[in-house]
Order: sequence, then C-alpha cells, then structure tokens
Amino acid sequence: MRQSHHDGHMVASALRNRTAGLAARLTTPLVPADYLDLFAPLCPGAQLRARIVEVRRETDDAATVVLRVGRGWAGHLPGQWVRIGVDVDGVRHWRAYSLTSPPNSDRQLSITVKAVPDGRVSSYLVRSAVPGSIVQLDQATGDFVLPARRPPRSLFVTAGSGITPVMGILRNELDSLEDVVVVHSAPTPNEVIFGAELRLLARQERIHLVERHTGTDGHFTPDQLIDVVPDWQDRETWACGPAGLTDALEVHWSAHGLPDHLHVERFQVEVMAASTDDGGAISFDRSNVTAVAGPTTPLLDAGEEAGVLLPSGCRMGICFSCVTPLIGGAVRDMRTGALTVAESGRPVLIQTCISAAAGHCHLDA
Amino acid sequence: MTALQHKPESPVAHLAPADVEALAEQLDAIRLAIFESRGAEDAAYIRRVIEVQRTLELASRVILLGSLFPPAWLLGTAGLSIAKILENMEIGHNVMHGQWDWMRDPKIHSTTWEWDHASPSDMWKHSHNELHHTYTNVLGRDNDLGYGIMRVDEDQQWTPGHLLQPLWNALNALFFQYGIAAYDLEIGKVISGRTSRPKFFAQGRKVLRKIGRQGLRDYVIHPLLSGPSAATTFAANLTANLVRNVWTHSVIMCGHFPSGVETFTKSSIDGESRGEWYLRQMLGSANITGSPVLHLMTGNLSFQIEHHLYPDLPSNRYQEIAPQVREVFDRFGLNYTSGPLPAQVASAWWKIIRLSMPNDVAERPQAA
Repeated sequence: MRQSHHDGHMVASALRNRTAGLAARLTTPLVPADYLDLFAPLCPGAQLRARIVEVRRETDDAATVVLRVGRGWAGHLPGQWVRIGVDVDGVRHWRAYSLTSPPNSDRQLSITVKAVPDGRVSSYLVRSAVPGSIVQLDQATGDFVLPARRPPRSLFVTAGSGITPVMGILRNELDSLEDVVVVHSAPTPNEVIFGAELRLLARQERIHLVERHTGTDGHFTPDQLIDVVPDWQDRETWACGPAGLTDALEVHWSAHGLPDHLHVERFQVEVMAASTDDGGAISFDRSNVTAVAGPTTPLLDAGEEAGVLLPSGCRMGICFSCVTPLIGGAVRDMRTGALTVAESGRPVLIQTCISAAAGHCHLDA
Repeated sequence: MTALQHKPESPVAHLAPADVEALAEQLDAIRLAIFESRGAEDAAYIRRVIEVQRTLELASRVILLGSLFPPAWLLGTAGLSIAKILENMEIGHNVMHGQWDWMRDPKIHSTTWEWDHASPSDMWKHSHNELHHTYTNVLGRDNDLGYGIMRVDEDQQWTPGHLLQPLWNALNALFFQYGIAAYDLEIGKVISGRTSRPKFFAQGRKVLRKIGRQGLRDYVIHPLLSGPSAATTFAANLTANLVRNVWTHSVIMCGHFPSGVETFTKSSIDGESRGEWYLRQMLGSANITGSPVLHLMTGNLSFQIEHHLYPDLPSNRYQEIAPQVREVFDRFGLNYTSGPLPAQVASAWWKIIRLSMPNDVAERPQAA
C-alpha cells in the first residue's frame, strides 16, 4: 500500500475509533448499537442478524427459509453452513444449517430446514416461523466446499436433509464440474428435498442421479456403492447425512485405503443421552481438572472439592452468582429434574450449585 | 419490633415441623408451575419493557437538547426520570437476579447486564443477591437493615449517633445511587478492618470509574451537546437522577421497614430448612398495594413478598401468583404485611424516627 494511502487509512480508522469512543461515552453503560437496534437491527455495526423474508414449503416436513442478512455479512462459499439463533417459546436456540443460496446475492440467503420429529427449532422454522421476524446469525463457516482445482470426477452421497450443502454446491458451481454423480436417499420420492430440481438436472444430463427410496429399497449401505457407481474409487466424494450413513462411509473409504477421497459434513448436535443413573465426570476445562460425582452432588461442590475456583453465593439456586458456561455434555437441575444439554459451539449458562452431571460434562471454568 | 425469637408470642409458634414442611411443598408447587410455563409471552414482555425504556430515554435526551425551552425541560426531565426508574427497577434489578437468564439471550442476562447506576453490577449482585437475599432480615447479617448507618429494630444497639438518623435517611434518599455504591463497597468492613485493603482499593477504583462514566455522560457530554441549553440540561439530568434516587429509596424502604415485618436473630438460621427459609422471607417482607402502573414503576417490588420467595421468577408473573401466595399465608395463619404506598412509606419513616431514640424512650405496644 502506498504510504499516503496507508496514512489515509490510519487517519480514517483513528477518527472512526474516536467517534465510536465518544458515542460509547454518550450511551454508557449501553453501547450505541443498543439504541440503533430499536429501529435498524440490520444496520452496519449491529450484531449479525437476519430478517425472515419468506418460508417456502419444499416437502411435507421441509421448508426453505429465505433471509435478508444485516450489513455485516462477510459472504460465503457454496457448501458452507451458518449458525442461526432462533427464539422459540422465548428461549434462544442455536442450530446450524447449510446455505443453499448463491454467494453474491445482495444479502439474500436461504437455508432449507427439515423438521426433525422432536426438533424444537426445525419444527418452528418449518411450521411457525413468521416472515418479518428477526433471527440471530453467525458468519458462514465450514470446509465442505469444492477445492479450487475441481476434480475431474465427483460423487455426492447424501440422505435426507444432507442434500442441502450439496444443493448449495450444485446450484452455484455445477458448471465448473464435469462428471457428477449424486446418490441420494429419502424414504419416498415425495420426501426428496429439491426432488424436482435434481431430476431436472438429471434430465438435462448435468448430473447422473441415483435416487434410493429407503421405504421400498431399504437403507443404502456403502457396499451397494459398487453397483450404482462402479468407478466410485476414482471419484472425489462429498457425503452428508445422518451419522449412521456418514460413519459407515468413512469406514468404507478407509477400508479401501482412500480416506482422503471422502469429505464428510456433520451438523447434528451431539445429544448426550442421560443414562438412568446420572452423575458422571465433570471436566473443568479451563482449570484442567476432572471430578467424578454422583447424581446428588452439585457441580459446585464437586468442583470445589477438586480444587477448582468456582464463583458461588447462596448455594441454593437463588442468587445466580454461580452461573457458569456448560460447553459439552449435559447436566440435570437437581430441583426439577430438567436436563440442560450443551449445544454445539454455543455455551449454555447453568447454575453449578443446583446442577448435577448427567453423563460426562464440560464446564468453562 | 424485636427479633421474632425474642418475642413473647412468636407469630410462628403455632406451626409444627410438619406444617413448615407442608408450607414448603405448597410454595415449591407454585414456583414450579410458573417456571414450567415461562415462554414466548414472558420473553416478549421484557423485550417490550426494554424497548419502551430505551426509546423513552433516547427521546427524552433528544428533547433535552433544547432544554432551554421550559416545556422541553419539563417533558425531557419527566421522561428521563421515568426511563431511569424503569431501567433500575423493572429491568436492571430483575435481569441481574437472573429472572431472564432462561431466555439464553446474552444481552439480557445476569452475567452481562450493567445498569444505569453508580454501583457496578457485580458489586450490587454480591451485596443484594448473595447477601441480602440469603440473610434477609437477619440481625447482624443483613445490612439492608439500616444500611449500617441507621437502626431499624429494637434489637439493634442504640448509640447517640442514631439521633441523627432521620437526617441520614433523607440524605441517603437524595443521593441514593451513591449511597448504594458506598454500601456495596462495604466501607464499614474496611473501617473496622474486616476486609482486605487491596480489595477495597481495587473495588473503590472500579466504583470511581463507574461514577466517572455516569457523571461524564449526564453532567458533561449531554450538556455540552445541548449547546446553549448546557446549563438547563445539566439541571435536568441532575433532577432526573434525584427523582430516581428518591423514588427507589422510598420503594426499597417499603420492602422491609414498615411495621409488621419480622427480623431474626443470627443463631436462628443455623441449620435452616427450606420451609424455615420460606417462612423468614414471608414474614420479613412487605408488599405495596396499587395500580398496574405502580407495580411497573416499583419494578414489581410492590410484590416484595413474592419476590423474596422467588427472586428468580420473571417479575411479570408476581401479580399472577400473589393470590396463591396469600392463600398459603392464610392457610398457615401468618401475617401478610401489605399497604398502600403512602402508608408504607410513612410507616417506614416513622420507624426510623422512633428508633433514632433509645428503646425505653420510644417504647410502644408491639403491633399484633
């Protein structure tokens, strides 16, 4: 950068900082964004958010949610996913969904959500989300993307909602790929998300599509691959779907000595199934200490006995001084039996004085 | 009033241990019902209150840019006073209690909320959430019983200094946000050597920084931005802070000072059961009756009893459970102390005046 240009940048950013500093002194203890949020939640400088523009039904239990994101959006590559924070019944939940929209689309994004049977957020997005409402967002992330040097032959193996990142790639980068095979499983033909679009691409011979309807054909297993894609070993493969499928595929590729040919995407939250006899190991990650405790021992007591410095107060659940982030596993509220499960990548704050471990849990303490 | 344990006729003498257990079960059930029903409507409530409060504050401060013009001064000052009261009482105090932590919104959370007040949030949470709510009305443990500068119970030792306590109370009312900041610093402990000096200095610096930021905003920056209205904006902001101070002081006095409220000896809480804790909260708190506007402006501390039973229950639900809580009082033959605002404030002030004098001078029949 030329010196004068560089100096110009320095002055501009110094001025910006000064103004920001003055503005903060004006609004302390709040920040200016707290007031701007009242009437312009998507403006530059605000926390990253998006407004739901449209909810478009895809199948009986899946819908595409179209979002208009705030000005802080840093863009994305096809195949990447985004974390979205949705308020359901008053509680903010974070989930991850793949982006299916094109990268340069004037801040218009789309994700496609399949309602999981007990899914709080997915059911809400598919059935109850109201256009005009605001959701929280994180920047796009993920490495389920095509390499700069495109492979001569590619294979995409998907099941259920696993088709979404692949759809993001197919919609936006298919022209840069030569020989594409898509193997997709869904219970019935009607439940294939983007079914019509995929079949059109197949008719146009832009992809070779293998549809498996698990209702009639049974579950797709890796050993069946050789029948539908004889040259699978020569294809760079991207797979996305339930853990059962992706785990089996990983084993299959490794067994054939080709672990690097397979790229897998998982975005399901690991729900720690609480065993009937709770309690368990409590890892205080920052302190590098792990304690083991039973179902009636508060995390606080267990931690203190193990020498961890934990904030506390009334030790009976009323003063909230002991609130600590749960970053993995699950804990149970000893007063109500309610289970709190850590969400992937998003700490959940819990009270250590009235919570017990429900399986192996991790605290940021 | 003396401590409950020193009374010739204890208001809880008629309760057997089994009764106390049953009381706990009934109160637990009320709490559980509300906790399980928290949802979108509750979240919408606090978000709306915050939205209204911030809009009111913004509009008031903008109006005050022209505060030289008397109607603007009046409107802006009134709006700012109400905004500050709402922020401190219905929003700040309640958010810091963790009442809204269940929403998992990092911006409306007890661990992140910094309130518009001279006392830093974490110091307030320590002295209020941890100490006051755990040791409610325990003589010698709950310093809210007089804030260390007044005596509000016959069992608190009288000294000649107490003769001036009505004056201290009035001054405290006027400068309440600084009074609380000083109180949260636990200055008394430092003077008597019961706390480490480095800790006190670190906290003291923190308080001074907070006061500095608050003061800069209200008494320098906004007046300067008002140009020709600088002096009148200064006066407006000073007035708004004063109004907030006096109002919050009055409401807070009504929580534990009016007659009818019990105090407890230090030893009485050793091995306290859940039911006994509930009882202490029930008998150690007093409510204020009034309109929905009153409830909002007191931050629902008009339901002090319900708040002390369930400090982490969303404040908008206290009104709903008040009749059920009242029923529990009646069922177990307990006194539910409650009255209109003027009566409760007067009762609190009368106690302060009365107890500024030694016990034998101020003797009066025990309230039933």
